[in-house]
Amino acid sequence: MNASSNPILRIEGVGKAFGPVTAVDDVTLDIRENEFFALLGPSGCGKTTLLRMLAGFESPNAGRILLEGKDISPLPPEKRPLNLMFQSYALFPHMTVRQNLSYGLEMERLARTEIHRRVDETMATTDLTQFADRKPEQLSGGQKQRVALARALVKRPKVLLLDEPLGALDKKLREKMQLELKRMQNEVGITFIIVTHDQEEALVMADRMAILKDGRLLQVGAPEDVYERPADRFVANFIGVMNFIDGKVGVDGLFAAEGLQVKASGNAGSATLAVRPENIVIGPPGDLPVSGAIVDIAYHGLDRVLHVKTTASATPLQVRIPASGAGNWKIGDALSLKIDPARCRLFQ
Amino acid sequence: MSFNATRPTLLAAPGVAWLVALMVVPCLLVLSYAFFERGVWGGVEYTFTLENFARVADPLYAKIFLNSARIALTATVVAILIAYPAAYAISRAPRMSQPILLFFAVLPFWSNYLIRTYAWIVLLNREGLINNLLRSLGYTGEPLSMLYTESAVITGLVYNYLPFVILAIYSTLSRLNPELMEASRDLGAGPVRTFLRVTLPLTLPGVAAGGVFVFVLSIGNFVTPALLGGGRFQMVGNLVYDQFLTANDWPFGAALGAALILTMIVLLLLQARATAHASGERKGEAAQ
Repeated sequence: MNASSNPILRIEGVGKAFGPVTAVDDVTLDIRENEFFALLGPSGCGKTTLLRMLAGFESPNAGRILLEGKDISPLPPEKRPLNLMFQSYALFPHMTVRQNLSYGLEMERLARTEIHRRVDETMATTDLTQFADRKPEQLSGGQKQRVALARALVKRPKVLLLDEPLGALDKKLREKMQLELKRMQNEVGITFIIVTHDQEEALVMADRMAILKDGRLLQVGAPEDVYERPADRFVANFIGVMNFIDGKVGVDGLFAAEGLQVKASGNAGSATLAVRPENIVIGPPGDLPVSGAIVDIAYHGLDRVLHVKTTASATPLQVRIPASGAGNWKIGDALSLKIDPARCRLFQ
Repeated sequence: MSFNATRPTLLAAPGVAWLVALMVVPCLLVLSYAFFERGVWGGVEYTFTLENFARVADPLYAKIFLNSARIALTATVVAILIAYPAAYAISRAPRMSQPILLFFAVLPFWSNYLIRTYAWIVLLNREGLINNLLRSLGYTGEPLSMLYTESAVITGLVYNYLPFVILAIYSTLSRLNPELMEASRDLGAGPVRTFLRVTLPLTLPGVAAGGVFVFVLSIGNFVTPALLGGGRFQMVGNLVYDQFLTANDWPFGAALGAALILTMIVLLLLQARATAHASGERKGEAAQ
């Protein structure tokens, strides 16, 4: 929310190949000052390689990386004003929490008192003061994660890079830490770039996100943009749950599949209609244009998802309805449904 | 339940029996000689005495002891200085080629210790390969006397025990999470400071294991000083050998041996404690 529109980091036509394998392919991307940016994609999409190029552990075969307008790609990692929080945390096992935090400041050759003051300050904001004299082996997973974050933050980097920072935590702790990280980012006012394969994590935390696949950038935008207006079928499928209906657009400008018609703007020809489970309206049989039958019901607490078999698609359509909502649907019930033309996407 | 509890004991039994029967018992027998008087033609006279231990502390023998320790220590330091870079290079090589490189590092082990030591005589001799090479390169001075020097003894010791040290250091280096070194670079340390403050401290257990190994084997060694030192550089091992086979003073030889074994045991225990401590730290790291 506090992101300004100045790009602090510009990735310009960056590419990287390992032998015959292209890991990152001509990626151009602007990261704005103070934003929480997520690099999202399935494993092997090149997001970690891209992050490692920003940190300086891999050098790009093509392109430039500009930090505040200066090309940093020739600099070794120790000369870059960026810090990386490692997926394994990489805490120094032979040092206490305080020594782990002091390490980076000692490398800057700061005065002892200054180091002490800044380490104390950072331990206070990350709730680590009571663990100052513990070794990493004496900490829980969540505590280690905070030490790794603190060790990077104490350096006051221009950009903080986070490689799957929550991957090693269990679900409950992960959800808590997602909000914690976001709060922390707001507080310190540092640009965060996080790499994750978890689309939910990216949606919750990021101001903006980039979706990568096979080393190429598919879409960049705010979570709402990407969720509501996915650029292609891959993104639509990767972010959230999406129903796909194969059919074609006729000369009349209507998308048609077996037993279903939706007003959609597109060129005549074969096309795929994509619609979110929450954008399908259901009613008693015969009330709405498309008829179907319930083959499965999944209860999720707040809502339930009906799997509805229709003639329009081979896989049953998923329809999300509030759990408290009207209707006492059972498996095998017949019903009718409608797709809101304003809330679906057409891929051709 | 009881089957599971007894099984580890059963599995260890043959090894333990072997060690006790052929190592512990003979050693204790020989060491027990140290408490008796010498027989006239070798062997022992079963009269209790502590005289032999008093003689071990005699300045003449204490000096040989210290000299052996100094030579062993020098060999240890040189071996570590050569082995560490080699082990480091192997651990950084592509995963596929590491076993092959290790194989070459250990290869000399598979030839006979005596033959390997004699090979050094051929190399270091006044008429040996190195002097011949120097002469063919145009060196006209006196041939260098390299054989039968302390350096020759140290060279032989280092050469023979180097593979152990490489293996010991390699095993700690290869288990080190490479992200630790990257984290150090990321936090602003150059390659040298990263090595001194992260890599080296975390691989010290391997250095200690390899180092103690070389030291223990070197201080008790008698073949290398006899062959490459030409008998001019007596070490404790030679002294023990002489007492048993030349001087026919078995009890004194046993007392010297006891002192030697005690030194080794103390060093090995210290090293085992250091390793146990360090592996505890690594376990904590792996549990993340």
